[in-house]
Amino acid sequence: MEGNKSSGLVADKETDSKKALEPAKENNAVSEHSGPEHDNVQMNSNSRRKFLVNSGYVIGTLAVGGALSTIFGCTDNNGGNPQEPTATPGGGKETEIPNYNRALMYFTPAQFRIVDSATERIFPEDDNGPGARKLGVAFFIDHQLAGDWGFNGRDYMSPPFYAGEKVQGYQGRLKRKEIFDIGIQELENYSLTKYTKGFAELEGAQQDEVLKVFENEEANLPTISESFFFRMLRATTLEGAYSDPLYGGNMNMEGWRMRNYPGSQMSYLNIIDKDFTKVEPSSLQAHLVSH
Amino acid sequence: MAKTLPKTDVVIVGVGWAGGIIAAELTKAGLNVVGLERGKERKTEDYFMVHDELRYSMRYEMMQDLSKETITFRSHDNVRALPMRQYGSFLLGDGLGGSGVHWNGQTYRFLPYDFQIRSKTIERYGKDKIPADMTIRDYGITYDELEPYYDKFEKMAGISGEANPLGGKRSSEFPTPPMKKTPGIQMFTEAASKLKLHPYMMPAANLSENYTNPDGVARAACQYCGYCERYGCEYGAKADPVVTVIPVANKTGKFQIRTHSNVRRILHKGGKATGVMYIDVTTGEEIIQPADIVVVTSYVFNNVRLLLMSELGKRYDPSTGTGVVGANYAYQVVKGSAVGFFENKQFNTFAGAGSLGISIDDYNGDNFDHSDLKFIHGGVISLSQTGARPIQNNTVPAGTASWGPEFKKQSLHYANRTLAVGAQGSSMSFKQHFIDLDPTYKDTFGDPLMRITFDFREQDKELAKFLAERCNEIVKEMGADKVDFLKELGPYEIMSYQSTHNTGGVIMGAEPGTSAVNNFSQMWDADNVFVVGASSFPQNAGYNPTATVGALAYRAAEGILKYRQSGGLLV
Repeated sequence: MEGNKSSGLVADKETDSKKALEPAKENNAVSEHSGPEHDNVQMNSNSRRKFLVNSGYVIGTLAVGGALSTIFGCTDNNGGNPQEPTATPGGGKETEIPNYNRALMYFTPAQFRIVDSATERIFPEDDNGPGARKLGVAFFIDHQLAGDWGFNGRDYMSPPFYAGEKVQGYQGRLKRKEIFDIGIQELENYSLTKYTKGFAELEGAQQDEVLKVFENEEANLPTISESFFFRMLRATTLEGAYSDPLYGGNMNMEGWRMRNYPGSQMSYLNIIDKDFTKVEPSSLQAHLVSH
Repeated sequence: MAKTLPKTDVVIVGVGWAGGIIAAELTKAGLNVVGLERGKERKTEDYFMVHDELRYSMRYEMMQDLSKETITFRSHDNVRALPMRQYGSFLLGDGLGGSGVHWNGQTYRFLPYDFQIRSKTIERYGKDKIPADMTIRDYGITYDELEPYYDKFEKMAGISGEANPLGGKRSSEFPTPPMKKTPGIQMFTEAASKLKLHPYMMPAANLSENYTNPDGVARAACQYCGYCERYGCEYGAKADPVVTVIPVANKTGKFQIRTHSNVRRILHKGGKATGVMYIDVTTGEEIIQPADIVVVTSYVFNNVRLLLMSELGKRYDPSTGTGVVGANYAYQVVKGSAVGFFENKQFNTFAGAGSLGISIDDYNGDNFDHSDLKFIHGGVISLSQTGARPIQNNTVPAGTASWGPEFKKQSLHYANRTLAVGAQGSSMSFKQHFIDLDPTYKDTFGDPLMRITFDFREQDKELAKFLAERCNEIVKEMGADKVDFLKELGPYEIMSYQSTHNTGGVIMGAEPGTSAVNNFSQMWDADNVFVVGASSFPQNAGYNPTATVGALAYRAAEGILKYRQSGGLLV
């Protein structure tokens, strides 16, 4: 990758940055008609510029204008998923190509609903923008638990297991996916016992109460450390809100947009010594298709 | 039955900074060198999709697979050590280039004091200043003697920077100018100057401009993309072994790198190594590589572990304080820092580079009077802008809820409104701190894991508190509306990331009784074995270790060539 070329990208981003706060829906609207490649060959402004440079002689004629305008009709700012944000399995309008990432690899639908509700309390929708639900955090966690990480594939899980000192860290034999299974079940049990309703059916304030009990290790669970489970839930919520959209969360890069994080940029050479500069975010998907 | 290969001049165990430097120097001089690397090959092209915080920072893409090998830890020798089952306190590198690939690139030279700490401390404050159980030692080499090797390392890597006004003498300028000054760095500079401190730009292995080194290796300038630590550099702008020394060694045609080759034993007979035994981890085959000279450059833990498993050198016995291999394990005290919250100013802290920053050494080494303080040494204090990636940077003022509406609101509000000033505290060695073979837990081959026995002591607690207060003063002077800083350093714990600056275990010194290697990193007990790396630090300085590891590697390479000529102990 050539450094000189990419330093030019920042200028693009700066001019685009006015659009930073436009709602995602508007930006996405045109993507529905953008031709057969729109699902994974979305061209962002960078790749468009590169394409123009590479094929300058074509641009000089009008002969291909129609084809080009069709391609260039793609949205600029969508490095994530082209669909309207939705957190319900099978959601989306009929005219859209479905987001195939929105299905479950690990959770049962009941587990999913509990995690979706709990993470929304941890990272709720507010004036700043979407919460965990619209960002797709529960899908993110589902997908993570189905893989290497959920199986503790790269952790030392050999016996013998002893309860250690606090400073020695996690010493249990349970894998993350098993801790989630138990933790979710315990959230449900606690809710049923205390409120005679499942966790997902509780009022928001009641859900907060249950989560606080777990956070403060006050549920006296015989199975797992509820505060350990809670910390894991909180940590994965932030991961789901802020990791690249490629993993199923941070829908449409809205997590990044809320905090003016520009995602994956090739260069900040032009702004590193400047005052705060808003840069429209870009994802790894955009990087892949633009190079 | 193990397969035995033809003999080579030199076999290097672990191809990171130390191994790569030595490979380049020896092959340039005409020696045949085999480099055994337990991990996979790495190259710049691997990092096309590197701006991925989840994969690299949270899931440790570049790090050693702990399911195969980890360490065990206990605070005290009356407690059972238990395995570090998941990453936390430090991150072990793996693959070609080792930790030299995923580092930040902060490339400080140690202070002259660091090399003569015991004698200088006694000279200024008297013998009683050093507690009875503190085992700090002089290196057996001075800063001035090591200076030419620092210079060589800096020119090879193209280090960007400006002279440290309180540092040792330099024989030449930095090869490239300092990195760009961000508004935060400007604010630190002004505040430090007002406080009559001595700020200087952090010495950086992220190139400030395009650079061609003396070996003819050309690299492009840093783009400040904000993904250094835990990441490989997609531009090759960050100096790492793969883009600097390894290609130089390869070009000679005399360097053979074998990846996926995990060395389990150094073979030796009558006080001399005969080669190494390793496993090809792709086939499980056991292979013997005979060599005239064995160079061990596999990070602190594996350096010590290989010596202990091979029964080479005298094992440290903490009950008597005798023996050397495994002694003087030290770390880094990094929690003494301060975070400033700025209500009316936002910063481009999402951008940055691993070693983009500004530092002061007014509270490092013996640059200030310790007569009335309950600790010795100190640490560098810096403001660095490494790229505030969103999963790991959600700093909110103390007292803020850690989840829910308040947390979300505040963490978004302060996302670009915090600046942190941190101290990299030195870590003194103590009789009670050591690494040895764990009696219970094994790696994937059935070999014992390294066991760490370590805790923070009074020295560390006093030092952390002192440095945190100094950081607080600077952040206040910078105009922060609110400052949070460390009030008390708790016990050492293995869960939260602190620093991958583990040191000691095969320490350097002037004589065999109290050290394992001489100042060429040559083992006193086996003159054809060179053990190179931060394992040779008798205690840790208040800086990142890499420049010193690099300098010691250049000196070791010189020693190996001398040894090749004359044989015997070089000191």
